[in-house]
Amino acid sequence: MSGILVVVEHRQGQLRPVSLEVIGAAAAAKESSGEAVTVAVLGAQPEAYVESLKLAGVDEILSVQTAADAFDPETYEIVARALIETRNPSLVLLPHTIDTLGYAAPLAVKANYGFTTDAFALTRDDAGWVATRSGYGQKVNMEIEFPAKETVVVTLRPGSFKAPENVSAPTLSTFAAPAVTPRSVHKGFEEPAASGDVDIPGARFILSIGRGIGEETHVEQFKELSETVGATLGCSRPIADSGWLPKAHQVGQSGKTAAACKMYIAMGISGSVQHMAGMKHVENIIAVNTDPEASIFTIARYGIVGDIFDIAEELRSHF
Amino acid sequence: MKILVTIKQVASLDEDFELNDDGRDVSADFHVFDLNEWDHYALEEAMRLKEGANGDVEIVVVTVGPDSADDELRKCLAKGADRAVRIWSDALEDADPVAVARVLAALARKEAPDMIFAGVQASDHAYGVTGMALAGLLDWPHAAVVAGLDYAPGAKTATARRELEGGAYATVDVQCPAVLTIQLGINTPRYASLRGIKQAAARPIETLAPEELGLAAGETGAAGSLSRIRRVYVPAAGRANMIGGTPAEQAARLASLIKEFSGEAK
Repeated sequence: MSGILVVVEHRQGQLRPVSLEVIGAAAAAKESSGEAVTVAVLGAQPEAYVESLKLAGVDEILSVQTAADAFDPETYEIVARALIETRNPSLVLLPHTIDTLGYAAPLAVKANYGFTTDAFALTRDDAGWVATRSGYGQKVNMEIEFPAKETVVVTLRPGSFKAPENVSAPTLSTFAAPAVTPRSVHKGFEEPAASGDVDIPGARFILSIGRGIGEETHVEQFKELSETVGATLGCSRPIADSGWLPKAHQVGQSGKTAAACKMYIAMGISGSVQHMAGMKHVENIIAVNTDPEASIFTIARYGIVGDIFDIAEELRSHF
Repeated sequence: MKILVTIKQVASLDEDFELNDDGRDVSADFHVFDLNEWDHYALEEAMRLKEGANGDVEIVVVTVGPDSADDELRKCLAKGADRAVRIWSDALEDADPVAVARVLAALARKEAPDMIFAGVQASDHAYGVTGMALAGLLDWPHAAVVAGLDYAPGAKTATARRELEGGAYATVDVQCPAVLTIQLGINTPRYASLRGIKQAAARPIETLAPEELGLAAGETGAAGSLSRIRRVYVPAAGRANMIGGTPAEQAARLASLIKEFSGEAK
């Protein structure tokens, strides 16, 4: 068993950026193992993505033509398994995304590959590949090993690995997809709801509220506070799920990325992986939370352990 | 018509927790248990289907876990689940999510439900694996991260709205029976009534050992796992500059940081 296989991801004609991060992780794994990197791309016109995949560390790009262009879990599972059986890689790297949540586990269990998910570090030693992931709400790290597994499938946390900066000239080839009769049919995409006057990706200064506000009736005072201090009002998932603020305010994996943000005040937000995915890059993060152990304090530049209502009340008097 | 809902008793950690001597897990003395947040939504979705079908749906909740997990099953009974099943033996210690799914698959074969709902992930380890591993083991149609569901009990297909990254969704038609992993926000989970809680305390929980489901020793626990925890450790996490003092002093410092930033931004 030798070789590193990456299966990339695209949606509506766009290669998803996390795919390039996974290629970066594969290139690093190649450094430590000497194993060649093969990148597979599935789609109705897979060639369209090939140019973008010619990145440093990639030895081969495999185009796999499939009937449908949109993601289908059974198509990806069956093609990935056929690729593994043909190429016998020691390591298969996938992004940890909504799409792989649908097919990575069925892929691994049917052939008993070593398997873990949401890894943010990957090493190799005498015993084989070792993946590091979080446990107990990110309070600990867990090193995962795969005894006696010749092929290991690992999904990688977005934002944890760097995409290669340089290009290369890999071998280009095609792979014939096995016949698949999917038992689910993609019907269509739904675009994000119109954002109205809220522009999370464009905002330079965001004041964001989370579960810690407790009641819907408390939303209004933080809306006013954000206006008072000149910030755009953001929120974490539970606030949008409850319908207390429109989804356009939501920061995180399933919401918006605070792409232009320079200052982010997180009030009553514990800091899940999914929320951090949308804001951990911000240079000035200030977290206000009653729980000194909240994960948000591990990425914040400044922290205030305190009651968000008290702090908000006092803050108002300064503006 | 039967819907199987898989649930998990999740653990969060007390402050100042300690590791086991083998360094492979946090000592159970520091675990604080609860029902996985996602499971409230999965159960609620089943309850809605039951109510929409005038009650002609049996909801069976199942978990793989020790005695303490009965508490979480009772929470589900209190909300209106019809039956609760717990599967355990010491051989299941050291089971990874796939080994847990093998046990659930054996139970699903016995129960022969028309639909299986699981949470997208568990709040403790967030593997996002068990539900879809179960689908793979049963070789059933499946969809992950379902944030909207259009399904009439007994229908041959279900329409699922999968939540994607960045606020988008994809709609898929899935053949049934199917395994769906249910996302937060798909519904508003109900609270159990006091009467429901009282009644649930007296209701039986069916307990089974894996061998009663026909699972061989090689399929359970570490032997049925696809991964092994080598080591658990507390990471040297980044730490914010903590602003101390009274709320007034903390707010004053926060205000000056904002003004400093706003000044630079001009």
